Amino acid sequence: MTAGVLERPTLPKVLGDGPPPGLPPSFSDDGDGSHGLFGDTARLGLLAFMGTVSMLFIGFTSAYIVRRASADWRPLRAPGLLWANTALLLASSATLETARRRLRSSDLRGAQVFVAATGLLGLLFVAGQVGAWRILGSQGVFLASNPHSSFFYMLTGIHAIHLLGGLIWFTAVAVRMRQMAYAPGTDALGLVALFWHFLSALWVYLLYLLFVM
Amino acid sequence: MAKFQGLLFGLATLLLVGLATFFFTKDWLPPLKSDRGAIDHSMWVTLAVTGAVFIVTNLLLAWFGWRYTDRPGAQAAYWHDDPRLEWTWTLATAGIMFVFLFNALGLWAQITKAPPPNALVVEVTGQQFAWNARYPGKDGVFGRTDPKLVDPGALNFIGIDKSDPSATDDIVLPQNQLYLPKGRAVLVHVRSLDVVHSFFLPNFRVKQDAMPGMTVETWFTPTETGDFEIACAQHCGLGHYRMRGQVHVVAAADFDKTVAAAME
Amino acid sequence: MAHEAHAETGHAEAHAHAAPQAFIWRYIFSKDHKVIAVQYYLTAMFMAVIAGLLAMTIRLQLAWPEKTWPQLGKVLSSGFSDGVMNPEFYAMLFTMHGTIMVFFVLSTAPVSGFGNLLIPLQAGARDMAFPFLNGLSFWTFLPGCVVILASFFVGSGAAAAGWTSYPPLSALQSAIPGSQMGQTLWIIGMVFFIASFTMGGLNFLTTILNLRTKGLSLMRMPLTLWSMFLVAILGLLAFPALTAASLMLLFDRHFGTSFFVPAGVVLSGAPQAHAGGSPLLWQHLFWFLGHPEVYILMLPALGFTSDIIAAFCRKPIFGYKAMAGAMCAIAFLSFVVWGHHMFVSGMSPYLGMAFAVGTILIAVPSAVKVFNWLATLWRSRIIYKTPMLWAMGVVSLFISGGLSGVFLGQGALDIHLHDTYFVVAHFHLIMAGAALFGVFGATTFWFPKMFGRLMNDSLGKIHFWFTFLAYYSTFFPMHYIGFAGHSRRLYDPYQYAFLKDLQPINQLITISAFVLGASQILFFINFFWSAFKGPKASDNPWDANGLEWSTPSPPPHGNWPGDIPAVYRWPYDYSVPGAPKDHVMQHDPSPIGDAAGH
Repeated sequence: MTAGVLERPTLPKVLGDGPPPGLPPSFSDDGDGSHGLFGDTARLGLLAFMGTVSMLFIGFTSAYIVRRASADWRPLRAPGLLWANTALLLASSATLETARRRLRSSDLRGAQVFVAATGLLGLLFVAGQVGAWRILGSQGVFLASNPHSSFFYMLTGIHAIHLLGGLIWFTAVAVRMRQMAYAPGTDALGLVALFWHFLSALWVYLLYLLFVM
Repeated sequence: MAKFQGLLFGLATLLLVGLATFFFTKDWLPPLKSDRGAIDHSMWVTLAVTGAVFIVTNLLLAWFGWRYTDRPGAQAAYWHDDPRLEWTWTLATAGIMFVFLFNALGLWAQITKAPPPNALVVEVTGQQFAWNARYPGKDGVFGRTDPKLVDPGALNFIGIDKSDPSATDDIVLPQNQLYLPKGRAVLVHVRSLDVVHSFFLPNFRVKQDAMPGMTVETWFTPTETGDFEIACAQHCGLGHYRMRGQVHVVAAADFDKTVAAAME
Repeated sequence: MAHEAHAETGHAEAHAHAAPQAFIWRYIFSKDHKVIAVQYYLTAMFMAVIAGLLAMTIRLQLAWPEKTWPQLGKVLSSGFSDGVMNPEFYAMLFTMHGTIMVFFVLSTAPVSGFGNLLIPLQAGARDMAFPFLNGLSFWTFLPGCVVILASFFVGSGAAAAGWTSYPPLSALQSAIPGSQMGQTLWIIGMVFFIASFTMGGLNFLTTILNLRTKGLSLMRMPLTLWSMFLVAILGLLAFPALTAASLMLLFDRHFGTSFFVPAGVVLSGAPQAHAGGSPLLWQHLFWFLGHPEVYILMLPALGFTSDIIAAFCRKPIFGYKAMAGAMCAIAFLSFVVWGHHMFVSGMSPYLGMAFAVGTILIAVPSAVKVFNWLATLWRSRIIYKTPMLWAMGVVSLFISGGLSGVFLGQGALDIHLHDTYFVVAHFHLIMAGAALFGVFGATTFWFPKMFGRLMNDSLGKIHFWFTFLAYYSTFFPMHYIGFAGHSRRLYDPYQYAFLKDLQPINQLITISAFVLGASQILFFINFFWSAFKGPKASDNPWDANGLEWSTPSPPPHGNWPGDIPAVYRWPYDYSVPGAPKDHVMQHDPSPIGDAAGH
């Protein structure tokens, strides 16, 4: 790929719009080694965000552990569909990585195919989660039926909201992929992929918490 | 003008120290009527130590604030580190705090330890906005309660299940009244029927939240006869301020008689 | 590669470096951290007026519960019947006073206000790392304010379960009128607030870690920057616990779940259809946020105070490393002491012991801070401008409020003092007072960087003296009535015989509180008059050292007209022997001062 096609990353347009143009930049991103320790700024911001989301789920986890000890706890059986959903989400992480690899080897078309597949798998996962809710609903298990079902609906719902947020960001990156530039290590797709894998891992953790532990 | 500010700050600080110290020499705690004198003792020790620190640091602040006000020819020292001095005051503070901590943990352990076996057991249940006390009776067992049986009209405020054999000898006192014998340990089972209340006996240095869904135990020994107040110390609704009860401490010999009379 | 890209932007887009010209993009939906800072600051100021008026209405009731107030009853018709305040209205007053002050005023003004203003200026950055996110943060905060204020106008009134919102009181709609729509709006308002604070925290953390200018190592940062760094971490790690708890509370309230409401609750004879929840769980989650939160309020004030004291003492801050270390220690310990709010809650006594240990330990870094400030004052050359008075006020309040913490940290003493006015005195002096005085100090000190002008010094001093004296005479006597067993949140304390004698003290407190409230009018006059008509400020009106003083007042869009200066030293080189002036700015490369370690 020529430099004309792949310009400098425009990622900050998604998270922010960077320093005002036209002025000499801040020193930090001119390669000064004194505090490059924390890497790319957008990545650092994303890591911090993942930290705060993790704390949210740690909060829920502690509540779950406390609540599970009470007398009215009735264990819920996991709808089988959840395992299929898990497979879909893990597959979406895999296709996203494939897309990134294609892009690194300058195969834009191949990358676009896998990006589209990732988005589709993500949507299917959310649809599958709704399906799992409906299955439980048809068995007469609702949000307020017992504490375990309360946690199940709440945690899956909040995870799905985060995933939909990730999908919106993902779509914003995907539609601009053609104009986007890729510098090794700090690309927009890499960032959204980091978040996406985080949500995949979070789901596996929630599944473990809710039905295995 | 500038000189005046330093002086003013010093004087204001002296005023604060003077007034604060003067009023802290008065005895503000409600008269102590239980065996929890160790709390009062600890309170006064803490007050003496923190009071001394308060006076010394404020005097230094007042003095420096006035003494080092800018004046012609003044020069500030370029002095910004002194590891020995810093370690000294850090370790000194830590030392004082460890003494406090040691005492605090000991006192905490003493207050939360198991009650003596002969303690009188009483259950106190908070509700919006009253206290309900009951004794387990001769069998020493409280009868079962069921929220569905709560019936204020029949004066069954806490839903005692009368069909439970151990409920038959339970003694339920009139609302907001509590009778205790002097000189005998009392183990209180603190409960709540609705929201969080807090069973507060200011004269006995007793405060225990009444947590719905839980029975929390606390114990103490009344040391003087008389009538004292029960307060609610946790915001529990619009009637929180009038959730007031009475605790009557009577001589141990008169206790059964007094309770029987109260039931009339 | 980055070098080339910058060269490219520098040349090709040099024509486009001005701030947006349209009013709406420049001042309303701005992405410039300085504009966002002022937006936050002014909103917090507005919220402070409301929360302050709520406090004064509380005080009115505590001083003279037997009196009627027909005129006030006409204005606040929903809260009064025939000139007598309703108990449920009183509960709304203290609930909303606490909520608004803690979150929407004293977290917002120092952190979102001055954090936004100062972080890029002190770190030497063009703007925050994510300016769009920064703008979005303010526009998420504002709806939160609107929702919180709107709750006063719903039929059943605002939330009334206390700012701590302990369930079941906050979870059951029939427990108190405020637990109907008001509590739901409280939760929604808090979720907006937390979302906005999280966006701010992400910006703070990344900007401080990654956008510092050349030469500005962590150990050369002004202590204000240190405090903002720690506040960002505290906010990001602590607030999610309240998000989780609030969502569960919302589910309990509206969708019939039982996270916090236990079995067997009977309200006014009516059994409630909940089972098995744990009210203690809420308290744990709430205070896991709540305790770090009080340091979110306080740490910036400690940072401002250090910077102001050094500048007006013309002397380096004493024990810089210990000051930064003490703040780190306080921030760390704040995560392991939440249970000291729950000594009498009925949690395991062994847990109570563990929480007492951490709590008492906090006294050590706190004492270190006081000693270091005193050592900074020693052999200094104090110039008493208004900011310095506020900084001295913070030190004074920090001593007074800190020492009472030694009582409350000892679990057994807390049995008597828990939820009494002793606690109210403690946190109003150390948390609210230090934060408020810190904000006033910061306002008078950094006003030039907000509006390019100076505030009036004489009026500022008069405002300080009224506030300082009234603050102490309002909150110090609360220690005594707390000892006497006066509980918080009592609509009419004199129902109790043992509190009857305390009414004159409550009246003194109330009169002081009204003086305190009225003195703030001086501040508003000074603030708005100076913002428009005050004398123009030079780049560095206080002869201070930080990078923010190396650029014009107010700084232009992009913060420095030319290159961003590099940093060669810490910001506390005052009165360096042999230096041409009594201060050496951070971007001065001259080889003087104690370079070692700084």
